[in-house]
Amino acid sequence: MSSTPPFFETSHVYKRFGTKIALRDVNVTLVAGESVALLGANGAGKTTLLRTLATLSRPTRGQVLAFGVEAWGARADVRSRIGVVAHQPYVYPELTCTENLAFFATMFGLDDVGRRAATALDRVGLTKRADDRAATLSRGLLQRLNLARAILHEPLVLVLDEPDTGLDAAGREVLSEIVRSQVARGGSVVLTTHALEYGVDLATRVVVIAEGQVVLDQPRERVSDVEVAAAIAGSALAGR
Amino acid sequence: MRKVWSLVWKDLLVEFRGREFLGAMVVFALITIVTLNFAFDLIRGDREAPGAGGLWIAFLFAGMLGLGRSLAVERDRGTLEGLTLCPVDAGTIFLGKFISNVLFIVIVQAVSLPVFYALYNLPSLRPMVFLIALVGAVGFAGLGTLFSAVAASSRAREILMPLLLFPLAIPLVIGTVRATTLIFQGESGDAWPWFNLLAAFDVIFVTLSYVVFDLVLEE
Repeated sequence: MSSTPPFFETSHVYKRFGTKIALRDVNVTLVAGESVALLGANGAGKTTLLRTLATLSRPTRGQVLAFGVEAWGARADVRSRIGVVAHQPYVYPELTCTENLAFFATMFGLDDVGRRAATALDRVGLTKRADDRAATLSRGLLQRLNLARAILHEPLVLVLDEPDTGLDAAGREVLSEIVRSQVARGGSVVLTTHALEYGVDLATRVVVIAEGQVVLDQPRERVSDVEVAAAIAGSALAGR
Repeated sequence: MRKVWSLVWKDLLVEFRGREFLGAMVVFALITIVTLNFAFDLIRGDREAPGAGGLWIAFLFAGMLGLGRSLAVERDRGTLEGLTLCPVDAGTIFLGKFISNVLFIVIVQAVSLPVFYALYNLPSLRPMVFLIALVGAVGFAGLGTLFSAVAASSRAREILMPLLLFPLAIPLVIGTVRATTLIFQGESGDAWPWFNLLAAFDVIFVTLSYVVFDLVLEE
């Protein structure tokens, strides 16, 4: 039996914003080779949970372990092992696609930044736009560049918050390929999406969250689309 | 240091292509210098002290304009979060932003000093003036970078920034104006104690800002 700790493990995590409780008693794990679809209605707490895993938000109560250590205390190390796509693209409109990726590659302490940037751009299908400024990209292409930035340093875990936003069919295929290859090489992915079928298709495990609580956590093969949809619908009703 | 210089390179490239605030800083400084020149034309006595004061009003207020925007723009765009997600300590981000801000203020000074010389007929193009201008820029950018990060997350940042920055910058304002006045009066030797005070200010506040930057950057 392997003694490798889970990539992420939350124990009784709570997050409060003023009087609003965004997460309550959340216990989830993420292990190697897993792709977790984190689903739920608007305001259910998906983004807050992802931000907590990504060490962008500190839990009010409870513990988040990342790679076996307390995540917040080791956040610089945790951040070097994860790739994050959030709602806002973390790129500079004034810089070209290559310049953006070269900059972030340097910030991640990578060598051969030009090759890294070119490889990442190739994976997301942006090679032809490599020398164009990010400001000239459409919403979908900007999201691809955002994905390229997230995979630049070949992270162990991809934390993707609605990564399919703005993507067309070809863009979604690029995203699917990135998720599948991440899982195939022993990494893991946790993603949120409002495209239920698409998210469930990419997942090896499905987690549904409602009002900050996990209401369903099952391996993909043990849960039907109808059950997932019912859990999300229930969470939407609970949120009203 | 590779990461620090990469941050500086990025800031310069973004600014020179996007023209977010450097142009506004230069124009503000020039307008201040020109406007105050009309007022000082009416002064019959020595113009050294009011001239030095006017010069530093132009530098500090123009610097405030740039410092206020330097981290606010990053926060509004979300790129500040992108930076914090990189495995770099907050001190590295501080140093990158600090050096960029010093360079922007120095550019404003480089453009303003010859104009000031032409209008005021005061010896503003002397090495000692350049030295005081540089230590003033370093201290102001050091404190300003820290408070820019504090104010960036506030909706009232345009008010908050000067309220936080200027009280602490008072020793720097006094030191730069007094030293510049002495140089304009031809007593450069007497300006050295002020230079030493400014250098000490720079060391203390840049170090302090570097150390506490982590607290203001993280949630």
